[in-house]
Amino acid sequence: MDFTYDDEQQALREAVRGLLATTYADHEARRRTVADDPGFDEALWGRLADMGVLGLPFSEDDGGVGAGPVEIGVVCQELGRVLAPEPYLASVVHAGGLVAAVGTPEQKADLLGRLSSGEIVLAAADTSPGARWSSGTDGVRASVSGDAWTLDGVADPVVGGARADHLVVTAALPDGGTGVFLVAGDDVDRTGYVAADLTRAATVRLDGTAATPLGEPGRDLAPSIATISDLTRIMGANQALGVMQSQVRATTDYLKSRKQFGVTLNTFQALTFRAADMYVSLELAQSMVDWATMTIAGGDPGAVADAADRVGLTISRAGRHIGQEAIQLHGGIGMTAEYAVGVGTAHLEVLDQWLGNRGHHLARLASRVDDHDLVDALS
Amino acid sequence: MQLELSPTDAEFRDRMREFFTTKVPQQIRDTVLEGRHLTKDQIIEAQRTLNAEGLAVPHWPTEWGGQDWTDLQRHLWHEEMQRAGVPIPLAFNASMIGPVIAHFGTQEQKERFLPATANLDIWWSQGFSEPDAGSDLASLRTAAVRDGDDWVVNGQKTWTTLGQHGDWIFTLVRTDPEVKKQAGISMLLIDMTSPGVEVRPIELIDGGHEVNEVWFSDVRVPGDLLVGELNGGWTIAKFLLGNERVGVAPVGATKRALSALKANAGDLLDDPLVRARIAELENDLLALELTALRVVAHSSDGAPHPASSVLKLRGTELQQAVSELALDLAGPASLAARADDDSPQAGWARRAAPTYLNLRKASIYGGSNEIQRQIISRTILGL
Repeated sequence: MDFTYDDEQQALREAVRGLLATTYADHEARRRTVADDPGFDEALWGRLADMGVLGLPFSEDDGGVGAGPVEIGVVCQELGRVLAPEPYLASVVHAGGLVAAVGTPEQKADLLGRLSSGEIVLAAADTSPGARWSSGTDGVRASVSGDAWTLDGVADPVVGGARADHLVVTAALPDGGTGVFLVAGDDVDRTGYVAADLTRAATVRLDGTAATPLGEPGRDLAPSIATISDLTRIMGANQALGVMQSQVRATTDYLKSRKQFGVTLNTFQALTFRAADMYVSLELAQSMVDWATMTIAGGDPGAVADAADRVGLTISRAGRHIGQEAIQLHGGIGMTAEYAVGVGTAHLEVLDQWLGNRGHHLARLASRVDDHDLVDALS
Repeated sequence: MQLELSPTDAEFRDRMREFFTTKVPQQIRDTVLEGRHLTKDQIIEAQRTLNAEGLAVPHWPTEWGGQDWTDLQRHLWHEEMQRAGVPIPLAFNASMIGPVIAHFGTQEQKERFLPATANLDIWWSQGFSEPDAGSDLASLRTAAVRDGDDWVVNGQKTWTTLGQHGDWIFTLVRTDPEVKKQAGISMLLIDMTSPGVEVRPIELIDGGHEVNEVWFSDVRVPGDLLVGELNGGWTIAKFLLGNERVGVAPVGATKRALSALKANAGDLLDDPLVRARIAELENDLLALELTALRVVAHSSDGAPHPASSVLKLRGTELQQAVSELALDLAGPASLAARADDDSPQAGWARRAAPTYLNLRKASIYGGSNEIQRQIISRTILGL
C-alpha cells in the first residue's frame, strides 16, 4: 500500500504544471481565453498533444501512451488547479474513453491516434434534456436500414460539443439496449452556449443524421458506457481536487495579507477556524480521490462504480464546503469574475452537475447499505 | 500509488486477526462488541493475554517489550484489535507513561516500572488536568516542594479517568512558581496508596463513574520518582501528547459501531432517510480510514504528521455522529437506559442514550477539537 507519487508521476506533474503556466500564468489569461469561442486555447491543446498528455489513456497500438489512471488523474488535478477550460475530461477521458472501450481495433487506431495527436477534438453526447446521469438515454434513438444507421433526438448538455470535430453519441437501439455512434460534428444541428464556469457546452439536435456504429453494430454497450461514466466521474473528482487545493491556498494567503481594522484577517479566530475546517475537507477529499483513482487500476467494473459513487459524494460535499467558504472568507472580491476563487466555485458546480452530484451518489450508495457489513479501505 | 497491502503486511494482518479472534476470551470481546462496560479484571486479563504474546506495547523500545514494526503494521494491529472487540491496552500505561519512562526515565525507573506497566500489574492514572488548567494545561497549580530527598505535594487533579482502579498516578506538578509557567513544571510518579492521596468520584451525564478528582494533601514522594529533568515536565507533556501517529482516530471501533447499528436497525433500514444517513457515515469513515492510512504510510522519522489533527477532529466527530444515529434508531426505547435487567427493551437501545452522552467527551479530551483547529490553522496553514 502506497499513497505517494513515484518519480515519473512527479515529473509528469511538474511538466504539465509548467506547460499550463505558460498559458494560464494568472487568472486574467483564463478570462481572455474563455471570452471567445471555442472557449479554450487551441495552441495549448496542441502543445498538450505534443507532450503526449492527450494520448495518456490510450494504448500505444492506438497511437497513445498507455499510461495508468494515476497519471491521468495528475493531469486532471493540474488542469483544475488553474481552472484550465481545455476539454480534457470531455474529449479525452470521456469521449476518447468511450471509443477505447467499445470501438473496433480499426476505429480505435484511427480516432484515438488523431485525438492523441491533437488533430481532432471529440465530445460525448450522452445526456438528453432533463436526464440525470443515467447511462444510456432514450433522448436519442438509433435506426438502421440495411447497413446504414441514422440517429434522431436531442442531446444536451454536450460538454465541448460545439467545437468537437466528431461526436460520440449514445443512443437507444431499435432492438433494445444502448449503442455508441460516431457522428461528424458538421452533420448535426448544434447550438453552443457558455456554462456557469465560462466553459462551453452545446445542444445537439439529430434528425435522421448518418452515424457510424462504434464496435459491433446493434450490440448493447450499456455496461461499457456506465464504466466510462464512472471513470470520468473519478477523473472529474481529480480535477475538482485541484480546484479546491488552489482555493484553500488562495484563502490562506488572503487571510495572511488582507488587513481590516488595522490587522491582518488571520488575527480573527472566527476566520482561521473556518480555514482549518476547509483544510480538513480537502485532506479527506484527497484521500478519497487517491483511493478511487487507484481502484480503477484493479479493473473491476463493480469496484470502479462503487468508487465513483464514493468519491462523487465526498467531492460534492467538499466542493460545496470549500467553494462556499473560499468566497465567504474572501469577502466581496470572491464574488468578482476577475478573481479566480469565485470562478473556481462555479467550476466545481459545473463538474458536479455534469458528472453526478451529491444526491445522485448518495441515493446509489444508500440503495446498497445492506449489501455489506462494513466498508473497508483495504481489501 | 498502490492500494494492495504487500504480501508481508497482508500476512501480518492475518496473523493479528487470527490471534485476536481466537486467543482473547470471547466473553471479553462480546462485552466490547455489544458496547457494554468492561470490568477492571476483564481489562487486565485482556492486556495480559496480549502482553504474553508481545502484542500489548509494540511501539515501545524492543528491549522493553516493543516490536520493531512499521507504522503501517502498528495501524493494522490497532485496527484488527478494534475489529475483533479486543480492548485496546490501557492507554495510560501503554501509550502514555510507558513511552515516557522508556524515553526519559532512569535505568532504575525503567526496570522498576516498565515490565509491570506493560503487563498491567500496575494500573496507571493520569494526573494532568486541574480545575483551572484544562486546555491551558501549563496553568496547573498542584505544587511539589522539596523536603530533604523527598517532594511534598499539595493540590488537586481532575478528570482522572478510571482513577478508582489506579495503583500509581503520573502527575505534572509545579516545582518552580517563579519562572514562566511552562518552565516550572516537573513530572512525578506517585503511589496512590500514599497517605494524603484521596480519590473522589465525579458522576457524569451518562450516569457512569468514569472520572475522578484526585486530591493531594502533604503527600510525600521520594525524590527518585521524578521523571526526566527537574522543571522539564513540559517537554515530557509535549512528548506524551504529541507522540501518537497511529490510532489517533478510533476508525475500527466506529466502523464496528456502525455495523452493529445496521444489524440492530431491523425494519428501520427500510427508511430511506436512515439508509442515507448510514451511507453517508460509511463514506465519511472510509475517507477517514484512508487518511489514517496516508498518515501512517508516510511515516519516516516518527515525527507527528500534521494531518494527525485532522484524524482527531474528524474521528471524534464521526464517533459522535454514529452514536447520534444509534440513539435516533433506539427512539422511545432509549428512555429505558436505567431500567432493570428484565426490561423488554433491547440492550443496544437501552445503551444508546448513555453512549451518546458519554461520547460527547471525545471532542474534549486529548486536546479539544478547538485545540486541533488551532493546530491546523497555525502549524499547517501558517495562519
